[in-house]
Amino acid sequence: MKREDIIKPENKVYSRPRLIDTNVMHYCPGCSHGVVHKLVAEVIDELGLEEDAIGIAPVGCAVFAYNYIDCDWIEAAHGRAPALATAASRLYPSKVVFTYQGDGDLAAIGSAETIHACTRGENIVIIMINNGIYGMTGGQMSPCTLEGAKTATTPYGRRTDLNGFPLRVANVVSLLDGTCYVTRQAVHTPAAVRKAKAAIKKAFLNARNKKGTSFVEIVATCSSGWKMSPEKSNKWMAENMFAHYPLGDLKDTTAAPKEA
Amino acid sequence: MKDEIKLMKGNEAIAHAAIRYGADGYFGYPITPQSEVLETLEAEMPWETTGMVVLQAESEVASINMVYGGAATGKAVMTSSSSPGVSLMQEGISYLAASELPALIVNVMRGGPGLGTIQPSQSDYFQATKGGGHGDYHLIVLAPSTVQEMADFVGLGFDLAFKYRTPAMILADGIVGQMMEKVVLPPQRPRRTDEEVRQQCPWAVTGKAGGRKRNVVTSLELDSAMMEKNNERFQRTYREIEKNEVRYEACYTDDAEYLIVAFGSIARICLKAIEEARKQGIKVGLIRPITLWPFPYDAIKQTAAHVKGILCVEINAGQMIEDVRLAVSDRVPVAHFGRMGGIVPNPQEVLDALKKDFINPTEA
Repeated sequence: MKREDIIKPENKVYSRPRLIDTNVMHYCPGCSHGVVHKLVAEVIDELGLEEDAIGIAPVGCAVFAYNYIDCDWIEAAHGRAPALATAASRLYPSKVVFTYQGDGDLAAIGSAETIHACTRGENIVIIMINNGIYGMTGGQMSPCTLEGAKTATTPYGRRTDLNGFPLRVANVVSLLDGTCYVTRQAVHTPAAVRKAKAAIKKAFLNARNKKGTSFVEIVATCSSGWKMSPEKSNKWMAENMFAHYPLGDLKDTTAAPKEA
Repeated sequence: MKDEIKLMKGNEAIAHAAIRYGADGYFGYPITPQSEVLETLEAEMPWETTGMVVLQAESEVASINMVYGGAATGKAVMTSSSSPGVSLMQEGISYLAASELPALIVNVMRGGPGLGTIQPSQSDYFQATKGGGHGDYHLIVLAPSTVQEMADFVGLGFDLAFKYRTPAMILADGIVGQMMEKVVLPPQRPRRTDEEVRQQCPWAVTGKAGGRKRNVVTSLELDSAMMEKNNERFQRTYREIEKNEVRYEACYTDDAEYLIVAFGSIARICLKAIEEARKQGIKVGLIRPITLWPFPYDAIKQTAAHVKGILCVEINAGQMIEDVRLAVSDRVPVAHFGRMGGIVPNPQEVLDALKKDFINPTEA
């Protein structure tokens, strides 16, 4: 039996999303970015936003997101994506503008731009990949690095007396009146991937329907930065990250009110 | 139709001219002495009339990155600030230049360094003309000396920025920003439609409409050979601008035995000094660079051929003088006169400086 006899279109149960380019991804094995890229591409396609989506790429591992997801992109300076998104969204109110950022980009150098875009209630989607580390620059401490975690700049583990406490950004922005939807998700299991996709889709719909700022945090792995196998990274994340960054919705003003 | 003459501050003229030009967006942050630009725009509410977006950002860093984001979409966007704020904007300005985006930045200069003073200065000449941020780039720099030029240079700045796909700067100072003067505003133009923007700027990030390939605006290129090619392209653009866009004003230069070079509001003070000098029989001329980059090297070089000395008058410690010296290659003595700290010299001080340096040097 030949390969073509087995692999037929009618037998196909899974394929590359239409809006994911064929460029070879630079992400490390076990990295969560690939999965989240796929979800964003699927959501854009399923909502019919291929011609209306404008992505703002960060500085960090996802700097080349524009090489993979087939929509228009602007590559921002480090941390400034929400400022770019603000302008693009206001100048083209009919478009759906989203940022795709890591925790170093968003929670450290971009904290001001993030808080003010959220408090203005810009009609944008902010996706934050939280792997608690600066991956691109070689695994330094980020604001979201867990206490005790070893990184290139905390070689003996993060000490709160020296380095402060890990920042829960989603909790911060959930307090701001401009956000309509704040959720924390993960992509380490098929069930989690399905929930994360539903969250991203809701966020894009909110932007399209001008509901305010939607903030989707994805607690993620960085096998290279953490110096763990992909499998162990997922386990470590579930056992350690979720305790500080519990999954689930933190805020949803768009939900239908429950009947008494 | 008779021109409608209005009386207003230079900063207000910038705001009105932006609306009339059909600008799409302004993103700014308050700082003395230019806050009237943002205040005027907010009071005029152009979003109700032309559809122009006006937004008070959380910082100058955010403002310039909003300009970067807006410029990447092909829209005519601008910001304004004053010296300490423009220092904060250098990151975004470098990105605009590297991404070959048109945008307009207004710097109403105040005295520095540091928090300095809120009084007028011209001490950001180096920053504006030599790059300012990181990397090899130039801005087109326009130096207005009147409220009328504040208004006129908004349109000129945008037009040049779009023509060459590079950011342009209006380098004003606190005098021309704050003083009130007669001005004729340009006629109201409609903003370009989204379709016109797409046609004029096929590179713009507008959403991948119409089946075209995706547009990506980025300054990142990790392949060194490609990055060098990008830089060579930027430099070719700068050579084109140098060839085509030098602007200056020359007064009394034909018979001049001495030359004053001054830009912006101080050039008008120098003109008073020159008129007084000529009453005393001293033949002085003025060259006022209007584009500080590209700099009018040739005009100064040609005039220098028949003068005995050049006085650079600047409200700083001597910055443009370096370009003037470059223009004349030490063939003519070049001296500097300036005040610092926000002090603006009067015509008599300028004339005294000219005499001290060139006419009666021994008397000093």
